Amino acid sequence: MIATELAGKRIAITGATGFLGTALVERLLRGAPECRLVLLVRAGKRSSPAQRARREIFRNNAFDRLIAELGKDEFWAAVEERVTVIAGDVSTDGLGLDDEGRAALADCDIVIHSAATVSFDAPLDSAVEVNLLGPTRIVETLHDLQVTPHFVAVSTCYVAGNRRGPAPEQLLSDSPFHIDVDWRNEVRAARRTRADFDADSRSADRLEEFRRRARHELGAAGTPLLAAKTEQLRQRWVGDQLVEAGRARAASLGWPDAYAYTKALGERALDESRGDVPVSIVRPSIIESAWSEPVPGWIKGFRMAEPIIISYARGLLKEFPGVPEGVIDIIPVDLVVAAIIGVAARGPAGDGSITISQVASGTRNPLHYRRLVDLVSSWFTDNPLYDRKGQPIAVPEWSFPGRGAVERQLDRVQKNLDRADRALKLLPLRGKQALINAEVEDRRDEVARAVGYVKIYGAYAECEALYGIDNLLDLHQSLTESDRADFGCDPAVVDWDTYVCDVHLPSVVEHARVKTTGEQSDPDARARRLRKRVLAPERQLAAFDLENTIIASNVVFSYAWLATRNLGPADRMRFTLKTLSEAPGLLALDRRDRTDFLRHFYRRYDGASVAEMERLGPELLADHILTKAFPAALRRVREHRRLGHRTVLITGALDLVVDPLGPLFDDVICAEMSQRDGRYTGELLAVPPTGEVRAQALRDYAEANDIDLAESVAYADSSSDLPLLDAVGFPVAVNPETRLASMATKRGWLIEYWSKADGSSDKILPLGPLPALRRSRK
Amino acid sequence: MKKKKPVANPRPGFVLEVDRQTPPILFHHGEGFRLEKLPVGRSRVVYPGEPLRGIADPDGAIRDALLNPIDDDPLPSLLKPGMKLTIAFDDISLPLPPMQRPDVRQRIIEAVLDMAAEAGVDDVHLIAALCLHRRMTDTELRHAVGDRVFEAFHPHGLLYNHDAEDPDGMVILGHTEKGETVQMSRRAAESDLVVYVNINLVSMDGGWKSTATGLAGYEGVRAHHNVHTLRHSRSFMDQENSELHRSNWRQGDVIKAHGPRIFQIESTLNTNTFGHDGPMAVLQKREWEWSIADRAAFTAMAAGLDRMPSSARRKVFHSWKAPYDVTSVQAGDVEAVHKRTTEMVYAQHLVPVQGQTDVLTMGLPYLTPYNVNSIMNPILVMVQGLGYFFNLYRGKPLVREGGVLIMSHPTPWEFHPVHHPSYIDFFEQVLADTTDPVEIEQRYEKQFAEDEWYRHLYRTSHAYHGVHPFYMWYWGSHAMQYLAQVIVVGGNERAVRRLGFKPATTLADALEMATDIVGPKPTITHYHNPPILMADVTG
Repeated sequence: MIATELAGKRIAITGATGFLGTALVERLLRGAPECRLVLLVRAGKRSSPAQRARREIFRNNAFDRLIAELGKDEFWAAVEERVTVIAGDVSTDGLGLDDEGRAALADCDIVIHSAATVSFDAPLDSAVEVNLLGPTRIVETLHDLQVTPHFVAVSTCYVAGNRRGPAPEQLLSDSPFHIDVDWRNEVRAARRTRADFDADSRSADRLEEFRRRARHELGAAGTPLLAAKTEQLRQRWVGDQLVEAGRARAASLGWPDAYAYTKALGERALDESRGDVPVSIVRPSIIESAWSEPVPGWIKGFRMAEPIIISYARGLLKEFPGVPEGVIDIIPVDLVVAAIIGVAARGPAGDGSITISQVASGTRNPLHYRRLVDLVSSWFTDNPLYDRKGQPIAVPEWSFPGRGAVERQLDRVQKNLDRADRALKLLPLRGKQALINAEVEDRRDEVARAVGYVKIYGAYAECEALYGIDNLLDLHQSLTESDRADFGCDPAVVDWDTYVCDVHLPSVVEHARVKTTGEQSDPDARARRLRKRVLAPERQLAAFDLENTIIASNVVFSYAWLATRNLGPADRMRFTLKTLSEAPGLLALDRRDRTDFLRHFYRRYDGASVAEMERLGPELLADHILTKAFPAALRRVREHRRLGHRTVLITGALDLVVDPLGPLFDDVICAEMSQRDGRYTGELLAVPPTGEVRAQALRDYAEANDIDLAESVAYADSSSDLPLLDAVGFPVAVNPETRLASMATKRGWLIEYWSKADGSSDKILPLGPLPALRRSRK
Repeated sequence: MKKKKPVANPRPGFVLEVDRQTPPILFHHGEGFRLEKLPVGRSRVVYPGEPLRGIADPDGAIRDALLNPIDDDPLPSLLKPGMKLTIAFDDISLPLPPMQRPDVRQRIIEAVLDMAAEAGVDDVHLIAALCLHRRMTDTELRHAVGDRVFEAFHPHGLLYNHDAEDPDGMVILGHTEKGETVQMSRRAAESDLVVYVNINLVSMDGGWKSTATGLAGYEGVRAHHNVHTLRHSRSFMDQENSELHRSNWRQGDVIKAHGPRIFQIESTLNTNTFGHDGPMAVLQKREWEWSIADRAAFTAMAAGLDRMPSSARRKVFHSWKAPYDVTSVQAGDVEAVHKRTTEMVYAQHLVPVQGQTDVLTMGLPYLTPYNVNSIMNPILVMVQGLGYFFNLYRGKPLVREGGVLIMSHPTPWEFHPVHHPSYIDFFEQVLADTTDPVEIEQRYEKQFAEDEWYRHLYRTSHAYHGVHPFYMWYWGSHAMQYLAQVIVVGGNERAVRRLGFKPATTLADALEMATDIVGPKPTITHYHNPPILMADVTG
């Protein structure tokens, strides 16, 4: 009996937060009630290993069944009693264990290693660190601790490489197709590759290119944000190069991808370094949702086949490479878990050799590619996904093309979307139109993912190796009757029609959170929810940008109004023509650097009479500002005030323009111009509050007034306001231009579309009323 | 002034029974028109009387009224050197549309100022008595008082708009026996004499309402500008049955007892709104009397308007100045003067109508008292139909209780951002929540009335007071309670629904919809206004 075999045993598990690992922990807790578990979990960015374990493992719905059986309190008590979580990381030598961790590991009877970089597009070096070196690091730690527990390493069938014909359960070195490469060289080369690309990424040309792309993405968001973005792009680039390098290296040696390649070499390294630690290897094929345990269809994370299936159902992926008569080797996760537990309970081979058990369906119960495609397409024909407009999506006919054809088709789509994205970013779009860009970006990302899937998984679909499972069947045969019911691992048990249509696809669709009904979802529901949070009484401050957030105007317009206020018709015409002719230059300057633009532009106020400007203030408000204002914005400011939030207008506009709006706000932070002898000098007293200066001004203000910015709101319209928006806990994008629209959509910010009162006029350049109408006023 | 050829003998208003010969009837439709066929045999049209003859020498009549006031001493005898004189006058809301120059206010003010100058009075202020209306622009003030007065007073800050929110500028004169607060501009209250210059367009205007309301603020007018008072004013155009009138008169008693001496000058105009000739004259004629030229002019005008963008159309209509003639001027004691004024107004406006109707139709024009040189927003559409036109009755409403009102207006979702900021919020916020006047009054009035931003805009810009849209809604509360349904023909569907009304594309559709309420084959009465008429409903 497996439960008896494992009673009193301590089992260490790596990779417990993963799909397979969580299933393993669940089944051990439920099926082997007297074993104890030691989980090696990496610390998260902001969470301890214990927190991660609680959140990512035990709160998973895999445990719903156990909780139902035990009751909630009992369940947590059992976890508390039977599970020890220790901090550990298989990508560091010595596993990063502290003394307590080492002691816990040293106490274990069995170590199950299921940690891996399963993402098939992992950068070469991290795949090497985790997949290749991981098992070796563990056995070396065991040597170091002078213990010899049974080490069960989870590998993959695909270590056999891209080939046709039988692939039996043997060590790679015993295979006739074996290519002898020294894994140590591979490790060194991978590390060097990282260093090479890193050096390359720091070349002047590359850095310039990253800067350019950052600017394209963020616009004039200010140096600090652009710098952060540039660095992020650089690191991403290095990562991308390493992914490509991994794929190329794997292909050159006959493996479908870096995962299989590093896993294969990992087995080799383990064989060499295991010493007297008894080792068993379990090699599953493509692991998919559960056949029956803990519940049919259980799955965790968005895994290998799911994104492909969903892309297909959404009509995005019209073709996927593969041969119709080929076998697609899928294995439900619960069979893999059963095999691992079976192997662990049975113990290592008596002769000190490595036992290998492959968990695959292809030889015993093959699922042919054509069958799978037929099942999937008929299922989605009966249960279509729906697009945003509530229309069912028809799934495309499958023509089983070669990989090249599919890649070319997707490349074309991607290039077109790239072009559309670039073009849209150049257009001065705002508000709802700007969201088109967000959609294009979404779609582009989706296609990029599809391209990735085809590149990565296409190799698997074309793989025609048949994995022998003699050892697995022996294991199954050796089980007692009741163990066979609970821990059976014979793939023949799976009925593919039922599995695909009744178990897997419903689970995948549910998991993917896609639209499965034609009901139009309430498009405003999300905005209402976000708005409620923004207008919660506990918010402390609301900061508002001025231009295009509160009024549809800018510094040029206000200046035009003021400058023409006292001009006659002929001078007005000259003024308009001159200003319009300067517009392209001004616009370009504004795009480059807001502060320079403002300084340059405000020179025009040189010599203007302070008294005259003050006199024109109320008129400017009525004739210009109010007609251009968004009534909803004015309402929102007052709503915040009513709620007791501090309201601040924070803008690069000049005080003389902003003053009439003063009574709307508690405070105004704006650009101020120096005066001499009752006249403006055209020079600013300080750096105007734009970009990062504005964020700093807000921080200073918050500090001076004892306000928590995490509990505050900011409203702005453009990516150059990012520093301001980033500074608060509740950013709101108002009539966002393209870049901000896509960022706001991605980050889940509230987006408000505010417009001028209908009925107000639109002019190219707003001019002050003719002086003739304004006679004799002192 | 170009003299208009007066109609020989102005014909009184009358009720036309619609038969097979009746041509399509003109419906005003905002800045446009509709011609509608009314069902034969059960429809009638109430037409206004033709414009009464104006007085030949208005300036002479004014002088005469000032020298021979009713129940009061001649104006010159009230003017003393060293005295404080305040001349208050009606604001931009009167008359409608604004009249051609010279405005009757200008004539009267000039006459009063001449007498004041002769008497050596040099402390004179001129105040536009706008209560909670928007401040008039300089151009509008100039139009009302004329160039001479404007140039002499405005540059010195002696001609200005009333500011009901000036913390130092308002005083409380006392309270009525019903506890109503009487509030007045400090300058007026502390004057030795207040001369009030009125234009009495409809029977609600004038009397104590001029000073008790025009020179008051929120504290003063909330006494009668509320749902209760207006639901008990049936109608507020009929002094005998108007709680609004009685409340103003009670406040008048307090002014008499504790306020400054008031010398009331009231004037009445005829209904020569569109002229006897010129482009708009056809609008003042009865449809079966339209000549070929009238038809051509109308068709051309309608076609031209159709092709214009709404802002251009608005400009065309708002630039229209009516060639009104002055039909009477009377001065002296407020109540005595107003009695005479009311008689004159009734003489022009009253049209006897026998019996009520199931369905009342009306075509709403482009103008209300609150959107001169501005935009007629949906709330003003409501107030035009349910506030003004519905209430222009004496005796009982034209339509029976539980009947249906069908009004025609494009009702665009448009607002003037400078003039009507609180209207925007009222429409977007309050009406989105409820259209019940009582609930609106209880839940929202205070918040809007005391809003600092609205106050700021009312005082420094040209915005109606924050509470003003509420008064509009109360103005319609009697009709809202009385009618079973209101249908708007040709309006913006969303805006109409926000008002709590039903939208219809054509009059035929609207009449069909009305049968759900009033049964098949209902009687229909079309209220043919403008020019203004007041239905005297009996039987």
